[in-house]
Amino acid sequence: MAYEMNFAPVLARTPELINGTIDTVILSSQSIGIGLTIGLAAALLRVDGPKWGAVASATYVEAFRNTPLLVQLFLLFFGLPYMGIRLTANEAAIFAISLNLGAYSAEIFRAGLLAIPKTQVEAGLALGLSRLQVMRYVVIIPALRIIYPSLTGQLTLTLLGTSIASAISATELTLAGAKIESQTFRSLETFLVLAAIYITMTFAFRLLYWLIGLWLFRRRIPKTGTAAATLTLPREVKS
Amino acid sequence: MIQSFGWQSVQFLFHGLVWTVGLSLCTFVGGGIFGLVFAVSRALGPKWLRTLVAAYIQLVQATPLLIVVFLAYYGLSFLGFYFPPLAAAAISLTIYATAFLADIWRGCIEAIPRTQWEAADALALGRVQRLRYVILPQAFQIALGPTVGFMVQIVKNTSVTALIGFVELTRAGQLLNNMTFQPFHVFLTVAAMYFVVCYPLSWWSEKLKERKHAGTAH
Repeated sequence: MAYEMNFAPVLARTPELINGTIDTVILSSQSIGIGLTIGLAAALLRVDGPKWGAVASATYVEAFRNTPLLVQLFLLFFGLPYMGIRLTANEAAIFAISLNLGAYSAEIFRAGLLAIPKTQVEAGLALGLSRLQVMRYVVIIPALRIIYPSLTGQLTLTLLGTSIASAISATELTLAGAKIESQTFRSLETFLVLAAIYITMTFAFRLLYWLIGLWLFRRRIPKTGTAAATLTLPREVKS
Repeated sequence: MIQSFGWQSVQFLFHGLVWTVGLSLCTFVGGGIFGLVFAVSRALGPKWLRTLVAAYIQLVQATPLLIVVFLAYYGLSFLGFYFPPLAAAAISLTIYATAFLADIWRGCIEAIPRTQWEAADALALGRVQRLRYVILPQAFQIALGPTVGFMVQIVKNTSVTALIGFVELTRAGQLLNNMTFQPFHVFLTVAAMYFVVCYPLSWWSEKLKERKHAGTAH
């Protein structure tokens, strides 16, 4: 049986596909924002916190890294009402994806925090940088630079993972696609179009991360304090 | 028929777990074979082959696994092949695992210093011998940690095949939930079962990575 591809019925639903794409971008952005905050907090608790904090953080990280996102979604969406907490599908999706990303990013942030030796901080202070400058130029930016590739890789996986939220009928691209598929019966075409949209979205996000990286890791020169005076001196001499 | 969550339910879920482990093993073997071929082609093949494999890796890594699964299950049947859920699940997971394993292993092959190639060359080893006796054994050592780590991802990602009706652990959980209406018990047990399989692998992977770092320090 020869099969003739016909994209027309799928492309006729372009507005729905666009809405789905926007919903996926929103869901991803919200989850990334919340997830990274959770991850940073969990990493700080693990590295600098009290003993119970470190244990709690490690338990959270291992529990979420060793179970599937789909099961986490089901547990939060179907299971939480049992405990009296009722979430809409979209809330449960944001909640589950954020917690999932939080667990993965906590490990990445922890690696970054451990990558900066104490002596670097002492050296920074000895050079006359203020505490804030040391935090910014010696700890945060260099640490971020080390973990940046794995962090953005994880964010890409989070973007792709949002498709699983369609299983609890959270509004996003895969759900929009599934609806079109069931109404047009053009399965192959629908999912090929979805794949193309996801691939475009992934590359767009990667471009964005690359640009943010360029801005974040540009050469910086402190503008105030003793260090600034020392660092800007050669320039003044030249001019 | 409404039944309540009990020992029988756990046994039912355990059958699902067996399928999850089976599918994971199939995926790992399939993905491992293709992944190795792709990794070697990507690292050492002629330019056109490298470009082709790199494109494959990029495209698969930028597509959600769920869409790959749907394409294999719904999509391909329209082309005149019918795949039962098990075959569609195994094929799509293999496509996915191949892309990731090829990428991991390519990195490991490229991490072997050029001097090793040159030393092997100086010992008059042939192209295949160099790869077989010098490069791959060393690359294998580096690859072990990340590979075990990726096995955790495979086990977890088999859950996605529940959405095309393949009865593995997650699907078994959904079915059981429809019978018992006790989602909290059911999915917590399901999560615990995944954890029991995945945690030892994660732990082992971390140990292997630590040992690698201990070995490379000075």
